Amino acid sequence: MPEVKPRDGVRIDLISGERMDGLASMEKIRMILDGVRDGNIVILEEGLSPDEESRLIEVTMTEISPDEFNGIEIETYPRKETADASFLDRLMGRESAKKLTVIGPANQIETLHKDETLIQTLVSRK
Amino acid sequence: MGLLTGLRSSISRAASTLFSDEEPKRIGIYGPPNAGKTTLSNRIVRDWTEHGDAVGPESHIPHETRRARRRENIEIERDGKTVTIDVVDTPGVTTKVDYTEFLEHDMEKEDAVRRSREATEGVAEAMHWLREDVDGVIYVLDSTTDPFTQVNTMLIGIIESQDLPVLILANKIDLEDSSVQRIRNAFPQHETIPLSALEGDNMDEVYDNIAEYFG
Ligand SMILES: Nc1nc2c(ncn2[C@@H]2O[C@H](COP(=O)(O)OP(=O)(O)OP(=O)(O)O)[C@@H](O)[C@H]2O)c(=O)[nH]1
Ligand SMILES: [Mg+2]
Repeated sequence: MPEVKPRDGVRIDLISGERMDGLASMEKIRMILDGVRDGNIVILEEGLSPDEESRLIEVTMTEISPDEFNGIEIETYPRKETADASFLDRLMGRESAKKLTVIGPANQIETLHKDETLIQTLVSRK
Repeated sequence: MGLLTGLRSSISRAASTLFSDEEPKRIGIYGPPNAGKTTLSNRIVRDWTEHGDAVGPESHIPHETRRARRRENIEIERDGKTVTIDVVDTPGVTTKVDYTEFLEHDMEKEDAVRRSREATEGVAEAMHWLREDVDGVIYVLDSTTDPFTQVNTMLIGIIESQDLPVLILANKIDLEDSSVQRIRNAFPQHETIPLSALEGDNMDEVYDNIAEYFG
């Protein structure tokens, strides 16, 4: 049986909300960036909180290096609920729940189209 | 009221006057690269300070601003009242930086690599300021481009999650392709003001809203 080398395709990691729940913010960010830096596409069932997104951008920036890592492409459905979320919901961090998020290496993933209900991306090999 | 409670409430009253009347609010100017943040910051400073030295250089090459720059105690007069703010011009936020894009702007490789390294440090710095050090946000968008980007969605989400007051500015309305409505549709939950920071169009409405939101 021929051996399947990673470079024969693009690896996609689908990470459940349950798995993410058990991790601290920095562990989530590390897991995402380690995957993406290996050339994988990471799909999060429930996405990140706004604060985690902010830290993901910050840590990504510190890791960019010329000819090696250009950063990430990240896509979620645009959120509409935020405006209607009650103060309590926001306090409990409930507004950020359940938004499918796709993250990949910037030089391998290109967004073709995006609207409230559809994200189309083109993924190429390394 | 007990003595201690009375004391405590007068202390907190004193503290609140101290902060609301004497500490100017720090307003971060945020947005994607090239939106016109520095052009706007420079205009605000020139309009309201006597020695209106520029906050920083403006350029059509993205990531011109690579350090957050603060201008203190800008006094904006509206309806006989004065609103004092600090303006923080920040580097444009992105999730990726590719130095080869700078090569297209006639830059040597060495300069392009340095610019990209400084740019990434600048974006990290901007995110840090946003989490810790600003009291309000002016979010600047180039109204000739699609506002439905992931960076805009994430940044507005981050700003909302911190309950910071935010004003969206639809910049570059002097250009033919400008669409303010597209920005209003993307962020219906926020006030959007059209302007040209370069030409100085509609600045009165901008200052009215700055005074109202951040005063
Ligand atoms: N036509 C037009 N051009 C503008 C306007 N405002 C800014 N620009 C131009 O847009 C380009 C970018 O302006 P900057 O103010 O440097 O943009 P910035 O948001 O600070 O960019 P970074 O610092 O790279 O994040 C410059 O060439 C400006 O002259 C405007 O209202 N109309
Ligand atoms: Mg700038």
